[in-house]
Amino acid sequence: MKKHIMFLLVFAMILPFALAGCGGSSNVVNVYNWGEYIDESIFDEFEEETGIHVNYSTFETNEALYSTLKSGGSSYDVIIPSDYMISRMIQEDMLEPLDFSNIPNAAKIDLSQFNIKPEVLSYDPDGTYSVPYSWGSVGIIYNTTKVTGPVDSWSVLFDEANKGQVLMFNNSRDAIGLALKYLGYSLNTTDESQIKEATDLLIQQKEAGIVQAYVMDQIFEKMISGESAIGPYYAGDAITMISENPDLAFCSPKEGTNLFLDAMCIPKGAENKDNAEAFINFMCKPEIMVRNADVTGYCVPSIEAYNLLDDDLKNSTIAYPPADRIANMEIFTNLPEDTLALYDSEWSRLTAAKAG
Amino acid sequence: MNKKGLSTPYVIWMAIFVVAPLILVVVYAFTSKSGGFTFENFSGMLQYAGIFSNSFLLAIIATAICLAIGYPLSYFLAKESATIRKVAMIFIMLPMWMNFLLRTYAWMSILEDTGLFNRLLALLGLPTLHIINTNAAVVIGMVYNFLPFMILPIFSVIEKIDRSVIEAAQDLGANSVMVFKRVIFPLSLPGVLSGITMVFIPAVSTFVISKLLGGGMTWLLGDLIENQFLGNVYNPHLGSAISLVMMIIVMICMAVMNRFGEGEEGAVVL
Amino acid sequence: MKKNRFGSRLFMTLIGIFLYAPIAVLIIFSFNASKSRSVWAGFTLDWYTQLFQNERILSAITTTFLVSILSALIATVVGTAAAMGFSAMKRRPRGLFLSINNIPLINADIITGVSLMLLFVFFGGALTALGFRFRLGFGTLLMAHITFNVPYVILSVMPKLRQLDPNLMEAALDLGATPWQSFWKVVLPEIWPGVFNGMLIAFTMSIDDFVISYFTAGSGVSTLAMEIYAMTRKRISPEINAVSTLMFLFVLILLIIINVRQIRQERQERNRRQQIKGSEMPVDEIVSNEIISLLGESEGE
Repeated sequence: MKKHIMFLLVFAMILPFALAGCGGSSNVVNVYNWGEYIDESIFDEFEEETGIHVNYSTFETNEALYSTLKSGGSSYDVIIPSDYMISRMIQEDMLEPLDFSNIPNAAKIDLSQFNIKPEVLSYDPDGTYSVPYSWGSVGIIYNTTKVTGPVDSWSVLFDEANKGQVLMFNNSRDAIGLALKYLGYSLNTTDESQIKEATDLLIQQKEAGIVQAYVMDQIFEKMISGESAIGPYYAGDAITMISENPDLAFCSPKEGTNLFLDAMCIPKGAENKDNAEAFINFMCKPEIMVRNADVTGYCVPSIEAYNLLDDDLKNSTIAYPPADRIANMEIFTNLPEDTLALYDSEWSRLTAAKAG
Repeated sequence: MNKKGLSTPYVIWMAIFVVAPLILVVVYAFTSKSGGFTFENFSGMLQYAGIFSNSFLLAIIATAICLAIGYPLSYFLAKESATIRKVAMIFIMLPMWMNFLLRTYAWMSILEDTGLFNRLLALLGLPTLHIINTNAAVVIGMVYNFLPFMILPIFSVIEKIDRSVIEAAQDLGANSVMVFKRVIFPLSLPGVLSGITMVFIPAVSTFVISKLLGGGMTWLLGDLIENQFLGNVYNPHLGSAISLVMMIIVMICMAVMNRFGEGEEGAVVL
Repeated sequence: MKKNRFGSRLFMTLIGIFLYAPIAVLIIFSFNASKSRSVWAGFTLDWYTQLFQNERILSAITTTFLVSILSALIATVVGTAAAMGFSAMKRRPRGLFLSINNIPLINADIITGVSLMLLFVFFGGALTALGFRFRLGFGTLLMAHITFNVPYVILSVMPKLRQLDPNLMEAALDLGATPWQSFWKVVLPEIWPGVFNGMLIAFTMSIDDFVISYFTAGSGVSTLAMEIYAMTRKRISPEINAVSTLMFLFVLILLIIINVRQIRQERQERNRRQQIKGSEMPVDEIVSNEIISLLGESEGE
């Protein structure tokens, strides 16, 4: 009987190992995307057409995505990082080259007619690792009933008049980036003193009690309910917020801002690469892009899809700013290792600062 | 027939899942990204001194408030009838069956500047309060989440105090203050110490409460650690070092407290 | 004296309001017509109907219950066996093993979570290099839950084993029972309250856990708590309020039934002038008593 008990015990304890080893046999694709960045009803259609089931989860920032992948053990098949992060991932050999014969719809991607500089695609110069998902710019979303002065510059975010009402980005690249722009520097500066100056500005802003909270997608609830008056965020999301609260408005600051492009990639070692490519291919269909854009408010990376958009969205200067505005925007590039380390330590300095 | 053998599988399990992970934390804490031995993770931690002190400060305040609420509550409750005691205990435990993230999130709706509490104040013609995204909100969240952990141990210790001991003290001429000071409090001390441990440790290491109610304005040790593993900075070596330091400080606190508690108990027995 | 009672009751009521205010908010807003969590837009039951179509929430609930039940069962079997083994040991090794057993209980959740994550990633890498397939997922989630559940079972079974008359098993063996029979027929009924309590606590702890799951589940699976956390980082869907309301009502009704039954039983038993045994205690009391005995134990070591 001793043997029986031992067998039972050992079986009980081996079971989880067995579970850790199996799985992955069913027909799935694991998609990891930004929060509030897709029309989830697309998944059903995709499953109907291909029989592949979508496991969907979301991340908050590019850096969090990077951590999750780096920490290992996760098994995503499709990820949607932004330009500079893709470039970093390519450099660190974290991405799988795509097999474009499985992604014929990628040919429909065409950014040439959106007034965007061609450098925007420099994060993946040969286009072997990524297929653009959507693009947009960063600006200021504000509540017209609460912010009375003119809004045309980053300065409103640092203005004592908006004390306790300002939301800020909860990630170092976006937050320090906008401070750099406000100070008239490049988003991609590697000059230590400039980065420190920008952080000092953010610390001052925090210590003076101007910042209400550091948020990412929680900005939706806070702006829509009127809890907060003003905050920087992505243009597409601004369109969504304005549609739910008409008191809100958007401005693209005169000092210039960040233009970003998010693209679909397959991380190294993905288990369902074929399914991942099928998913990417599906997402490149113009009518799917349009449905996605209707829900998220972000810009489509295809002129064919653009032409299918509702007039409202097509003519929205928030989503598709005029050429002169776009000319004033800068894209993030991957920073050298020591500058990244500086960003981390400067961000820690900000988090450790006492709020006013 | 060797019964000891029955524990062998679990001893192996503990070696893999309890001991080995902690050894890994120590190993990571003393290595650099490139894999060599280093003290860098510890020397670089000085910049987080503010977060350490803030974390411990808030956890101490929350624990003190829990004690200040939980002790009298348990004391009053123990005096009630058996039925009220039973019903009250159920009502104290019941919230724990609703996911704590969600309950904490609900505090956000209550405490916001335009939240339910401030709307109530405005309705009553009172000035509104700015609570959300401050240390105060984080402390409220901690007290709310961990108060039952303080009440339960204290209550069950007080409840079990033999009535005849109290009566004996009264017969010997002790007034109610004396009875409390010399009999009830010393006898309830083990419960108090358990309560403090059960509130302090989760409070000092939380990252959810500070994220939801602190709005990123107040960073705690939990946030810092989470940030190194799944957050905006990927540095498990630094994260391990911070975890290790936190663990050691907590262990020292607990050891000191228990020593102090034992001393008290000893004095009572004498 | 009477005034005193009034004061204390007022105090208790205030604490009650403090504990239930957020729950009231959650329940009320599960009927809110808009997605907002603080602005009332009218009554609806939509979230309750949509809930049953939300595949993500349903699969999170399934995962949560599956991992909780499996880990509680495995932890109960393993923990009971381990407790019997420990109790047969000499003082020294028993003390050592019990203190190691206490580590997951005393350690902050985040440290348990992070250290297990390091383990899984580290050994997962090694196993993958050897050609095994090892991924963070349901398996690692289950391992983590078993790891923090077994200690509760052991601490709940140990006191019962201590009360057990050591001659009982021998007597059964002398009378010709096989060791298995003597365990099943003699020992287990004696220690059953402890075993059952341990299982309940383990189940509760699993259902309630967020932090350890968050670090050990990897991608692909998520528990209800993880799903809720992900939602609080963006916009929460009132469907979650609806799930929680349902779960809350379920537990409330369960507790009422258990207690009514217990009170009735007590009344009957009282007539027979008999004491009722621990196995009939309501869940909350078991948990609270257990938490106390557990911490008492950990401090005693």
